[in-house]
Amino acid sequence: MHVHFLDPYRPLPSPVHALDSRVKFVLAVAFILTVSLTPFGAWPVYLLLLSIMLSVEILSGLGVGYVLRRASLALPFVLAAFPLLFTTPGTVILKLPLGTWTLALTAEGALRFANVAVKSWLSVQAAIVLASSTPFPDLLLAMRAVRIPRLLVAMFGLMWRYLFVLVDEALRLMRARAARSGLVRQPRHTAGRLRPGGSLAWRARVAGGMAGSLFLRAVDRSDRIYVAMLSRGYDGEVRSFTLPPVSSGARVTLVTGLTVLGLLWLSGTLVWG
Amino acid sequence: MHHSIDVHDLVFSYPDGHPALRGVSFGIAPGEKVAIVGPNGAGKSTLLLHLNGILRGAGQVSVCGQVLSDQTLGPIRSAVGMVFQDPDDQLFSPTVFDDVAFGPMYQGLPEPEVRARVTTALADVGMAGRVNRVSHHLSSGEKKRIAIATVLAMDPEVLVLDEPTAGLDPRARRDLIRLLRELPQTMLVSTHDLRMVQELFLRTIVMDEGVVCSDGPTADLLAAPDVLQAHGLEVP
Amino acid sequence: MFYRPAPMHLPDGFLSTIVSIVFWAISVLTLAYALRRAGKDLGERQLPLMGVLAAAIFAGQMLNFSVTGGTSGHLLGAAIATILVGPWPAVIVMTTVVSIQALIFQDGGLLALGSNLFNMAVVGVAVSYFVYTSLRRLAPRRPWSTLVGGFVAAWSSIFIASLSAALQLAISGTSPANIAVPAMAGIHALIGVGEGMITVGALTFLMATRRDLLAREQASSRGGVGVWVFGLGIALVLAVLSPLASANPDGLEWVAEQKGFLEAARAPLYNLIPDYVLPGVSNEALATILAGVAGTLIVFAVTLGVAYLRRSRENTV
Repeated sequence: MHVHFLDPYRPLPSPVHALDSRVKFVLAVAFILTVSLTPFGAWPVYLLLLSIMLSVEILSGLGVGYVLRRASLALPFVLAAFPLLFTTPGTVILKLPLGTWTLALTAEGALRFANVAVKSWLSVQAAIVLASSTPFPDLLLAMRAVRIPRLLVAMFGLMWRYLFVLVDEALRLMRARAARSGLVRQPRHTAGRLRPGGSLAWRARVAGGMAGSLFLRAVDRSDRIYVAMLSRGYDGEVRSFTLPPVSSGARVTLVTGLTVLGLLWLSGTLVWG
Repeated sequence: MHHSIDVHDLVFSYPDGHPALRGVSFGIAPGEKVAIVGPNGAGKSTLLLHLNGILRGAGQVSVCGQVLSDQTLGPIRSAVGMVFQDPDDQLFSPTVFDDVAFGPMYQGLPEPEVRARVTTALADVGMAGRVNRVSHHLSSGEKKRIAIATVLAMDPEVLVLDEPTAGLDPRARRDLIRLLRELPQTMLVSTHDLRMVQELFLRTIVMDEGVVCSDGPTADLLAAPDVLQAHGLEVP
Repeated sequence: MFYRPAPMHLPDGFLSTIVSIVFWAISVLTLAYALRRAGKDLGERQLPLMGVLAAAIFAGQMLNFSVTGGTSGHLLGAAIATILVGPWPAVIVMTTVVSIQALIFQDGGLLALGSNLFNMAVVGVAVSYFVYTSLRRLAPRRPWSTLVGGFVAAWSSIFIASLSAALQLAISGTSPANIAVPAMAGIHALIGVGEGMITVGALTFLMATRRDLLAREQASSRGGVGVWVFGLGIALVLAVLSPLASANPDGLEWVAEQKGFLEAARAPLYNLIPDYVLPGVSNEALATILAGVAGTLIVFAVTLGVAYLRRSRENTV
């Protein structure tokens, strides 16, 4: 069984897909940075950033629905910002009695919460578009282009390559465990004394054993990979091709994108900062 | 004296004391295609790992006229193309291109030359269209052939393969056998697949318990079922 | 779709820009040093070993076991990585895992990655190393010291790392310390137990099947006094700072306010634009409306453009 669903890349004939991965990478990070630097309350800027993001999603053929669905999976964490609603001082708009305490929802709190949620939501969309429109090997290239050390990039490459192999193995282990975890219907006279599923400690031991087995296979496999690398002349130094030149079209896109983001940041900071 | 393998009295024990090779000697002439057969644990894989210096035992190993030593490891690893049993161990780069380019790159070739080698090697194994694919999307037959391409790109003089047909479905196996037949290099193949041996290899070495038990024409071996059975093999 | 609710991988938008950048700097420096040390400790083998181990940890994070009806225990892996390959390689392994999680699976933000790396790859590893080596020294030759050391190291790594995350949130002003710290600490004190149990299970398995593996890797874990001291230090700092911050949220808000104060000090310079352009309509409302209209037009135009291109492509085919 192949774990393809782990790979978010969707090949599509879109200008976003075709854009140089280095430019995409820089623009995505610049977008997230702009979102982060946009002051609280700069709603027009957020709106424009959102419209840019939506446009890119449409242009890429990935579809707004796909991106937003993936984005919603990343958002449960927003709950961590919930306290902001009640602890930020300001004009109270709602009072919630909770036992002996009264939670006071303030307008400022709601605003701050909304800001955090919007920033988070915009940023994750950028990351999703980047990952879904760029084949991973091209992302590695982008990492090399921004001067991430070659050894680290090579390691990322190896992890990604063997991710699918090892997740396959992990799933097989889990399926084997499931196959052996038949639930026996308890006869009434033992009800309460037999514990289906085993004790917590036992279940943890089984899971731990599976993890241990996975790590063992990983280390053994790494030895075999090392032998294969040596056999093809590996000498410890990471070698790679020189990076191809960036096309002028990509360059223009990069400059345009950075300019737009810069202007948005500037206007946000000047008016609301 | 090129295109040959010469093994003389090779002895090797694993760190845990297990004696894997107890005096192995044989020679392979240029252009010969030889099969090594024997039961599991006979020492076949261990022997293969000595041919490019991954393991170093007592005795002498010569490849293409050069005696294996610390100084000759580089050239010998260029000359011996080793294909391992599990292609997933050998395809460790993000794309097929990267994997096939790995060998030539570490040989120090300039980039245009590396690209040319990749194109040629993939064409030789019939995988020309797969150049930008990522390895985990390939079938096991495709992976095996690309694993062979990764060593062909180094322009080796000798090919050593460990269980090439293991785990392949009949069609992929058929394709692989055809490929091995077409490749011109000197070849040493360790295998359990006696039907393939019968088809491709005129000479067969039988190994058992770390020694060479028989070394001669395949036809003779296959006509001696008692010898086969004594070493855990069956008539195909 | 595989998704792990991960209370420790902070998404973007939760940390202030300054906090993100500071922790990025710290993580980058640590990583640069780790890359050099790992090369010295592991030699040529480092690349395949660390890469595949990172994949195994990621895959291992999918192995869960049900703790109670709904929740399940998961593995982070910093402790097991440290025990298996030593602290400096473990930093790189965890960096690889957390980075790929952020980049490909949006498990944690990209700007926040620096902070997440600090929490999981630096603090998690350092604390694991400190705890594990200390406990092992109690009874170096007995198996129980490995298991107990593994359990406590795993639990501590999760717990202390979560404190670090809570403080980052508090300094950024996103979550007040007196809520963030107890919440994170409480949740992760529980999650840490799961991590500890899986780590012990894995170690038991490895001790039974490949004790040489544990021994081999530990021989190379010349992490040295530096890591041990840092691990001890960071654990103490966070353990002490967190309840303090929790009790005196004003302290951290004071920090946030200083930032606000600085920004407010800049404000007068930018009062170039009057408060409203249209009578009765504040500038902000106007700007919002304009932005909304502009944004809608942009999206509309792009949608039309794409639809038009698609149709013309179909027509020419």
